[in-house]
Amino acid sequence: MGPLAELRGITKTFGAVVANDSIDLRVLPGEVLALLGENGAGKSTLTRILYGLSQADSGSILVDGTEIRMHGPADAMAAGIGMVTQEFSLVDTMTVTENLMLAGSGLGRVNRSAAKTKVLEAAARIGVAIEPDAVVGTLSVGERQRVEIVKALFHDCRLLILDEPTAVLVPQDVAVLFESIRRLTADGMGVIFISHKLHEVVEIADRVSILRRGRIVADVPAEGLVPAQIAAMMVGSADRVTEPEAGSAADTVEAEALATAVGLEVPGAGVEQPVAQVSRSGVLDIDRITLAGTGKPLLDEVSLTVHAGEIVGVAGVSGNGQTELVSVLCGMTPASSGAVRVDGADITRLDVTKRLRAGLGRLTEDRRGSVVLNLSVEQNLVLEDLDRFRTGPFTSRRRIKEHVAGLMERFDIRAKPGDPIRSLSGGNMQKVLLARAIAREPKALVASQPTRGLDVGACEYVYSQLRALRERGAGVLVISEDLDELLGLCDRIVVMVSGRIVGEVLAAGTSREELGLLMTGMTAGAGAHS
Amino acid sequence: MDFPLLAVLAATLTIATPLVWAALGALINERAGILNLGIEGTMYAGAFVGFLTAVTTGNPYLGLGTAVVAGLAAGALMGLLTVTLGVNQHVAGIGTTLLLVAACDFTNRLLFATGTQQAAASFERWFPGLGVLAQYPMTFVAFLVLAPVLWWVLRSTGFGLRLHAVGENPEAADAAGIPVARTRYAALMLGSALMAVGGSFLTLSLLGSFTLDIVSGRGWICIALVIFGRWKVWPVVAGALLFGFTDALQLQLAITPMFSGVPNELLIAFPYLVVIAALAVWGRKVRYPGAYLTPYRRA
Repeated sequence: MGPLAELRGITKTFGAVVANDSIDLRVLPGEVLALLGENGAGKSTLTRILYGLSQADSGSILVDGTEIRMHGPADAMAAGIGMVTQEFSLVDTMTVTENLMLAGSGLGRVNRSAAKTKVLEAAARIGVAIEPDAVVGTLSVGERQRVEIVKALFHDCRLLILDEPTAVLVPQDVAVLFESIRRLTADGMGVIFISHKLHEVVEIADRVSILRRGRIVADVPAEGLVPAQIAAMMVGSADRVTEPEAGSAADTVEAEALATAVGLEVPGAGVEQPVAQVSRSGVLDIDRITLAGTGKPLLDEVSLTVHAGEIVGVAGVSGNGQTELVSVLCGMTPASSGAVRVDGADITRLDVTKRLRAGLGRLTEDRRGSVVLNLSVEQNLVLEDLDRFRTGPFTSRRRIKEHVAGLMERFDIRAKPGDPIRSLSGGNMQKVLLARAIAREPKALVASQPTRGLDVGACEYVYSQLRALRERGAGVLVISEDLDELLGLCDRIVVMVSGRIVGEVLAAGTSREELGLLMTGMTAGAGAHS
Repeated sequence: MDFPLLAVLAATLTIATPLVWAALGALINERAGILNLGIEGTMYAGAFVGFLTAVTTGNPYLGLGTAVVAGLAAGALMGLLTVTLGVNQHVAGIGTTLLLVAACDFTNRLLFATGTQQAAASFERWFPGLGVLAQYPMTFVAFLVLAPVLWWVLRSTGFGLRLHAVGENPEAADAAGIPVARTRYAALMLGSALMAVGGSFLTLSLLGSFTLDIVSGRGWICIALVIFGRWKVWPVVAGALLFGFTDALQLQLAITPMFSGVPNELLIAFPYLVVIAALAVWGRKVRYPGAYLTPYRRA
């Protein structure tokens, strides 16, 4: 059987950046092709080209062996190519049926009842229930995604591109989605599946293609692949991968993949890592911090000391006071009582700027809220340090340029200084924030969800930077919901439940299960390590 | 006292007519995501150009036709500014209004420097003597043709869905293969043509002549009516009727001896106060079109 669609020699450059470098790719009927790669590897560019949203500089696209000229999504749809992106292309104020009528209907009268029938038929085909008259804005994320898939089917789509379809879904919806994908491929449809979750890739894909820096570096059958191998291919160090034992559960496998990837940068991370902890002086001293809430306190006498040369993790089910703790530490919310000291100096009553000056760095959980989206990379990088580049009322362009160039080089930020920061990928944006925080050489760094939404390579990078900061004698407080991340990165982990610290363990020798138990609030007998 | 209810109702329909035309034009613009503050100037241009043609040719229908052309041109200008160039819509709209009003006044000054304006050939009322039904043709067209047809177009045609989509979520519209820029141009030109017809009603039907400041803020009232009517055809028409009724009422009161003690200025302000009050009550928690005021650029 010939390929459903084929890309030949697709090349696309943006200025000096080669996003796609002579890419060949084929999708067979009835096949799920997983397209993988780190952020910025060129996946989005490639899929946008295939869907007609942008035009390749050179190369050709063939559908059923015939070359197709793409000028816009309409051409792609006409050729039987459909795409469902993370940001849904639905008009919230319209009904499901109206949304589906949008494409392909001309200017004249529309036939609502016929469209409704088609909606129900398409829903039946993927095995889900969809209410044709429901207003899209009232639907859940999973339901909207189903509407998007139905929309693609409306136009006799035979190749469906799913761009990180599971990133926004709860596990039950993922199961429904996978069932729909299986039904469609059984019908002979081809699916391109993009995901960062490697155990999902192993579960659903028939074949795996990996992009790195704009090139296809691997194109292999998914049969028998384990996440660790895929992760290694993505970051490009296949030789260092150790085979995980067979038969382990999916999430353990993924944890190992992540750990392996992390381990590539710092060999022997974790247990054997010599901790550069010399003095027992606390660089971040949280002293009985309480934050009143309505009814019971949001933070209840939280005390915690982070020493120089130490990474301390805060674990807990989300909503147990972690966000509030970060907010108090960063100076966004005044504590009701208690004190925070950085390197011995009381910062409890200081504003954000003075806290920064006192040596507190922070990496907050809301990445897009931590930058000024409309400013450039350069402006964002110096936003907190303008005083350093000032002579009287004027800033020195030259010194800012030098400083920014140095940071971008050191932190491998793949952008131009003048690029608007909103155009950066999540990983690159986090690098900007890391660079800004670390450039000041903080004595204590508060990092909240430092790798949320990042791909394997970017996670690895963040970890290596946090470790390097520790080696230089700073103290780091990491707040995360990812237990594997905490266990792999931290020296010590405290567990928060209902605004209180209920336990403390050394990361070495602690299992996820023990941590999980602590997080449920079962304190008895636990936390004996400290 | 005998309250002349029928006369007030007849006046209500007449006063509401230009508002219905222009407000529905503004509704089309805003459905597509564009606040057209050029409305006041577009109405003014429609009034002036229509009058000029009617004076020259002696034919009010030709006047109506040139008013439509003026409206299309004004819409195309707004399109150039807001869609193609992506200029801030407030600035583009106010600029368009200032430009059109000044251009009309200037031309008027050149042509009628002596100040003696001729009366133009104008539309006659249909069904004279039939009370409320004694109205100008464009009144019948506004309520019996324009409003129902526009309601149907917005609801049941591909063009209506496209307007809604480009005003609500142009990214989604683009992904669905809808030409966003072209659709917005179409909305601006169609809407502006309706505004110009509304303006021409003042010269070609109501007065039969052109005077400076003839539109006198009706465009701004229409902007408020569209918000009041939450971008829906019938509520906007209802809003125009409410304004028309209060205006007719104050005109009646002004000539009623019982109210002779009330300052005329207060009576004139009355309908405007009603509109402000109505907006304050019903216009607060409105949901604006998703892409309101936002130029669309492909990522």
